[in-house]
Amino acid sequence: MSHVPRTLPGAGFWWETRASLAFVERNLYLVRRYWHLELAFLIFNVASAMSVLYIGEAQMQASGSSGSRDGQLDLVLFLGIGTVVWAYLRAVFANVGEMVAWERWEGTIEYTMMAPISRLAHMLGVSLFSIIYGLARSALLLGVLSLFFSVDLSKANVAGAGIVLLAGSISFLGFGIMAAVLPLLFPERGEEMTFVISSILLLVSGVYYPISVLPDWMEPLATISPATYVLEGMRAALLDGAPTSALGPSLVPTLILGGWPCRSGLPSSVGASATPSGPGG
Amino acid sequence: MGDTGATPAAMVEHVSKVFVNRPLLRRSPAKEVRAVDDVSLTVHQGEIFGILGANGSGKSTLIRMLSTLLIPDSGRVEVFGYDVLKQEAQVKRLINRVSVEASFFKKLSPAENLAYALRLYGRSGPAVREETYAVLDRLGVAREKVSEPLEQLSRGMQQKVAIARALLTSPVLLLLDEPTTGLDPRSKLDVQQFVHELRDGHDATILLCTHDMAEAATLCDRVAILEKGRLVALDTVDGLKRQFGAEMGSLDPTLEEIFIHLTGRSLDDDEGDAE
Repeated sequence: MSHVPRTLPGAGFWWETRASLAFVERNLYLVRRYWHLELAFLIFNVASAMSVLYIGEAQMQASGSSGSRDGQLDLVLFLGIGTVVWAYLRAVFANVGEMVAWERWEGTIEYTMMAPISRLAHMLGVSLFSIIYGLARSALLLGVLSLFFSVDLSKANVAGAGIVLLAGSISFLGFGIMAAVLPLLFPERGEEMTFVISSILLLVSGVYYPISVLPDWMEPLATISPATYVLEGMRAALLDGAPTSALGPSLVPTLILGGWPCRSGLPSSVGASATPSGPGG
Repeated sequence: MGDTGATPAAMVEHVSKVFVNRPLLRRSPAKEVRAVDDVSLTVHQGEIFGILGANGSGKSTLIRMLSTLLIPDSGRVEVFGYDVLKQEAQVKRLINRVSVEASFFKKLSPAENLAYALRLYGRSGPAVREETYAVLDRLGVAREKVSEPLEQLSRGMQQKVAIARALLTSPVLLLLDEPTTGLDPRSKLDVQQFVHELRDGHDATILLCTHDMAEAATLCDRVAILEKGRLVALDTVDGLKRQFGAEMGSLDPTLEEIFIHLTGRSLDDDEGDAE
C-alpha cells in the first residue's frame, strides 16, 4: 500500500492555460452539435439587422440624403455599426454570463468546480471562446449585410475601430464575469438577472440611436454602460474617420468600466466556487 | 481492509453543515436544515468505506464537503492530510466523484465529454484518446456508441462513462455517491466489480454512499450509518452485527435489520425519492 498519494502534474500558469483550452474545445463541440440552433439564431440576427438597416435606408431616402458624402449622417452605417457591434458584444456577454448557468442546466457544474483548475483559468477559457465565437458571428453578419448595403468606408479609421472593439471586449468580459457569478449567488434567479442586465445595456447604450434621445433620468445609466463608449468610439472612427489618438474619451472609460467588474467579479466568483446546493442525502 | 498506519485518505472531524433558505422578498422566516451534525470519521488508505443513510441523512452533503464543493460551517475535513478549505487545489488533484446522476453535456458524445473532462485534469492528445477508448471498451461501452450523443445511451451506459471519467483522472480517493442506483442488475454487477478493481489495481481508496444494503455488505470494509445528519454507527459489517445483534435479539442480523434498528426506518421507504 502506498503511503504517499500519487498526484497529477502540478498546476502552474502554463498548465492552467493549457487546461483552460478545455472550455474552448467543449464549446466548439457544443456549437457543432447545436448547429441547427446556431443557424436559426444567425438567420434571426441577419433578419433583425437588415430590418433595422432598411429603416435607416428608408429614412435617408425620405430626407433626400445619400449618406455622408453630402455632409449628412450616414444612417445606414450608423445603424450597421450598432447592429454588428451589439451582436458581437452580446455574444461575448452571453457566453461569459451564461458559463455557470449553462453548466447548472446540464448538471456538470459540480464536476467543473471539482476539477483542479482555478476559476481564473475557467474564465480565461470561456472568455477566449466567447471572443472567437463573437468575432465569427459578427463577421458572418457583416458579410451578409455587405451583400445588401453599400457603405462608404473611404474615410474610416478601421484600425482605430478595431482597438475600440478590443477594449470593449475586455469591458464586456468583465461585465460577463460579474453576471456569471449571479447564478451562483442566487441559484433561482441568477439567470433572469443576467438577461435583464443584457436588456438594459441594449436600451441605454445607444445601439440604434444617440443617447441624447433618452429620457433625462435614463441618460446616467448610459454613462455606466461600456457599450456606450464602444459605440461612440467605433462611430467616431468609422463614420468621422477620427484618428486613434482622438479616441481616448471612448477608450479610457471603456477600460475603466471593464477593469472594475473584473476586479469585483473575479473574487466573487472564486468565493462562490463552492456550489450552493441544498441538502441532499 | 485499509492501511490504518498511513495518513488517512479522508478525515472528517466534528463537521457540521446547516443550509439556510432565506426567501428573497417574502417576509416568512428563514428555514434551517441541519444536513450534517457534528460528524467525525476516518477513512483509511486503500479502504472501501460505505456510508448508509436515508434521503436527507446528510451523506451527499458530506461527499460534497470532501470534494471541496461545500464549505463546512464548523469542524475540519482533510483528504490525505490536505485541508479541503486551505489546500483546495491539492485536494482537487487527488479526488474524483461519480454521483447518482451521470452529469454530462447530453448532446455531446462520450468521447467529447471525456476529452473535455480530461483536459481539465491536464490530459489530452492521441495517447489519452486511445486510453479513453480502451477504458470505455473495458467497461462495455461499444466503440460505435463512443461518438453518439450521450442522451441516446441508456442510463447504465451513461453511468459507465461517468466511471470512466473518474478512472481516467487517476484519483487516489474516489467518491461514489450512489453509483448503482437505477442500474439494471448486470450493469450494477459490472460497476461493483469495477470498484474492486479500482481499489486492488489502481491503489485507490473508495468512499461509497449507497442505498443498497447487499452492495454495502459485499463491497465495504467498514460502514458508517447516518441518520438526520448524525453518525449513529461505524464499524465493519461483522462488527455492527456483533455490536447490535445482542440488543436486537438476533445472532446474525442483516445490515438492513441493523439499519432499521438504528434509524427506525427502511431505506426502501424513500428509495427513488430525490436525493
